[in-house]
Amino acid sequence: MSCFKSKFADELIANAAYIGTPGKGILAADESTGTIGKRFASINVENVESNRRALRELLFTTPGALQYISGIILFEETLYQKTASGKLFVDVMKEAGVLPGIKVDKGTVELAGTNGETTTIGLDGLGDRCKKYYEAGARFAKWRAVLKIGNNEPSELAIHENAYGLARYAVICQENGLVPIVEPEILVDGSHDIEKCAYVTERVLAACYKALSDHHVILEGTLLKPNMVTPGSDSGSKVKPEVIAEHTVRALQRTVPAAVPAVVFLSGGQSEEEATVNLNAINQLKGKKPWSLTFSYGRALQQSTLKAWGGKEENVEKAQKAFLARAKANSEATLGGYKGDAQLGEGASESLHVKDYKY
Amino acid sequence: MSCFTSKFADELIANAAYIGTPGKGILAADESTGTIGKRLASINVENVESNRRALRELLFTTPGALPCLSGVILFEETLYQKSSNGTPFVDMLKSAGVLPGIKVDKGTVELAGTNGETTTQGLDGLGDRCKKYYEAGARFAKWRAVLKIGQNEPSELAIHENAYGLARYAVICQENGLVPIVEPEILVDGSHDIHKCAAVTERVLAACYKALSDHHVLLEGTLLKPNMVTPGSESAKVAPEVIAEHTVRALQRTVPAAVPAIVFLSGGQSEEEATRNLNAMNQLKTKKPWSLSFSFGRALQQSTLKTWGGKEENVKKAQEAFLVRCKANSEATLGIYKGDSKLGEGAAESLHVKDYKY
Repeated sequence: MSCFKSKFADELIANAAYIGTPGKGILAADESTGTIGKRFASINVENVESNRRALRELLFTTPGALQYISGIILFEETLYQKTASGKLFVDVMKEAGVLPGIKVDKGTVELAGTNGETTTIGLDGLGDRCKKYYEAGARFAKWRAVLKIGNNEPSELAIHENAYGLARYAVICQENGLVPIVEPEILVDGSHDIEKCAYVTERVLAACYKALSDHHVILEGTLLKPNMVTPGSDSGSKVKPEVIAEHTVRALQRTVPAAVPAVVFLSGGQSEEEATVNLNAINQLKGKKPWSLTFSYGRALQQSTLKAWGGKEENVEKAQKAFLARAKANSEATLGGYKGDAQLGEGASESLHVKDYKY
Repeated sequence: MSCFTSKFADELIANAAYIGTPGKGILAADESTGTIGKRLASINVENVESNRRALRELLFTTPGALPCLSGVILFEETLYQKSSNGTPFVDMLKSAGVLPGIKVDKGTVELAGTNGETTTQGLDGLGDRCKKYYEAGARFAKWRAVLKIGQNEPSELAIHENAYGLARYAVICQENGLVPIVEPEILVDGSHDIHKCAAVTERVLAACYKALSDHHVLLEGTLLKPNMVTPGSESAKVAPEVIAEHTVRALQRTVPAAVPAIVFLSGGQSEEEATRNLNAMNQLKTKKPWSLSFSFGRALQQSTLKTWGGKEENVKKAQEAFLVRCKANSEATLGIYKGDSKLGEGAAESLHVKDYKY
């Protein structure tokens, strides 16, 4: 809004634009301790700090990977961790032209009187935490709001609470020098068709931008992390990437102001390959797209890497190759140039959907 | 919204896109009987139906003018009028590739408990009126909401009422085949600076697009008619480039790319100012995912009216004045206006009337 003058305005605008650089995107490596524990369990690795550190080092030091990454979202613990040789991860990133980001929400809690709908918490003392994170080198933040599609969901209450929580988080971040990623994830769970997902996505995004306007957020200094528009996981129908691209871009055209520099999609339950192919189709689509369209993937960038690593030192090189393949593939997808030829690591086509995913 | 499928959807989308054709814009000739009376009075012309008809015929038959226009907004009376050789105006416009539009609001009324703020009326029976107008040849509609800037204005109430009134009007139009022009005019009256106007414009437009979303309006089948972002009428003037920058930025922050075209109102700007400002916007290098064009009333007709003076023998000269403004604004939509149009008498004259009501 014209009336908000954050002293960080120019920096926010420059950083948000940088994250949307064509050919680059975000690695979401901000799994909380509990969540990373589930990942580790699936590859029989113990959930201790040294293993969490080792995994992130594996990713961040993959030769040739960081050129495809404009930002990495971290969990608080990782912001202060170092490589085995003693270098702070944030310094490794900065030297490679990668902006460190930080997850700042504290998870979800249920909204009384709804059918399991939630709101996200973390506003208390957020300003102070942001200041601290900025000092530690973070330059952007992430806050995940969650909505679901059902007979009566998402309700007006859930949409309003989540939209206004996101807006309050966003302006607090901007007051403290962090570019806020606005993430209103609509879960893919359900048997609805793609039209229903489109309708809900448009309704949710419209509410988000009204809330951001009300809270005087500088849109040029934000990023949006939405779901793609797809059929529900139980709909029984799969549609082509071109159909997902068309519905997704149309929903964004109807709701996301051109002032937003980049849209960084979440991958939800999509497999690594699906997430890449869909992003590629989105970038190939001819139509008005006044924002960069790129990725902010967690599982869809790390799945085959995790499997290849298995927690073993001797597998690091193989695991790094798997990670590089996905990073490169998604970089090409942001340019609409992915040919579908990324060497498919074990599990690359595996759906990563977990019903009612909580992390 | 994805869940609204008007049987007119494809037609609405095509017509809205057509109105935004580069090089074209809208002539707002929808002055109500009362308002045109004031215009005619200023040139000593009697406010009778034959004179109102003659003025519109003068405009619509100007050689070379209609190619500069994609649409003309009409008042109800004019929708059913004919040229002197018996051709209905709507047919004349259609055969020249110009879409007829129709003003459908019924003016403003004050909101109780506010400091003179208003809401716009006209929703009762609007659907039936739209059907009738579509049958008569109209393909788009216009509804003017009015807000003002003051110490405590615009209030949240005024913004909400006007935004939701516009949205309800818009969806009723779409159900009946008319492309709705969404017009949330923020009056230029006041001593505020351009930053204040920008902040208010952004707040108002954000509210409008939330209301349009709530009412399931198909944005690809709408047009926006906003004010440009300028300093208040009592405050110092700024260069066209500054107006362009603030205006386009406000639109980037609020108007979804799905909207095909933005057709600016001229407010109290003189003919020349309005053209120069539009030109500067189209020259600006920045993200502009909608056409930026005009929907001018006074800023297209002022010198024409003065030249005509109600006299048959002045028609040709008056038409020349009208053609000059049409061409100038057509060039402005392409960012190529050189400021060399022969200035008709009054072209540089401010058309600002304090607290303008029409």
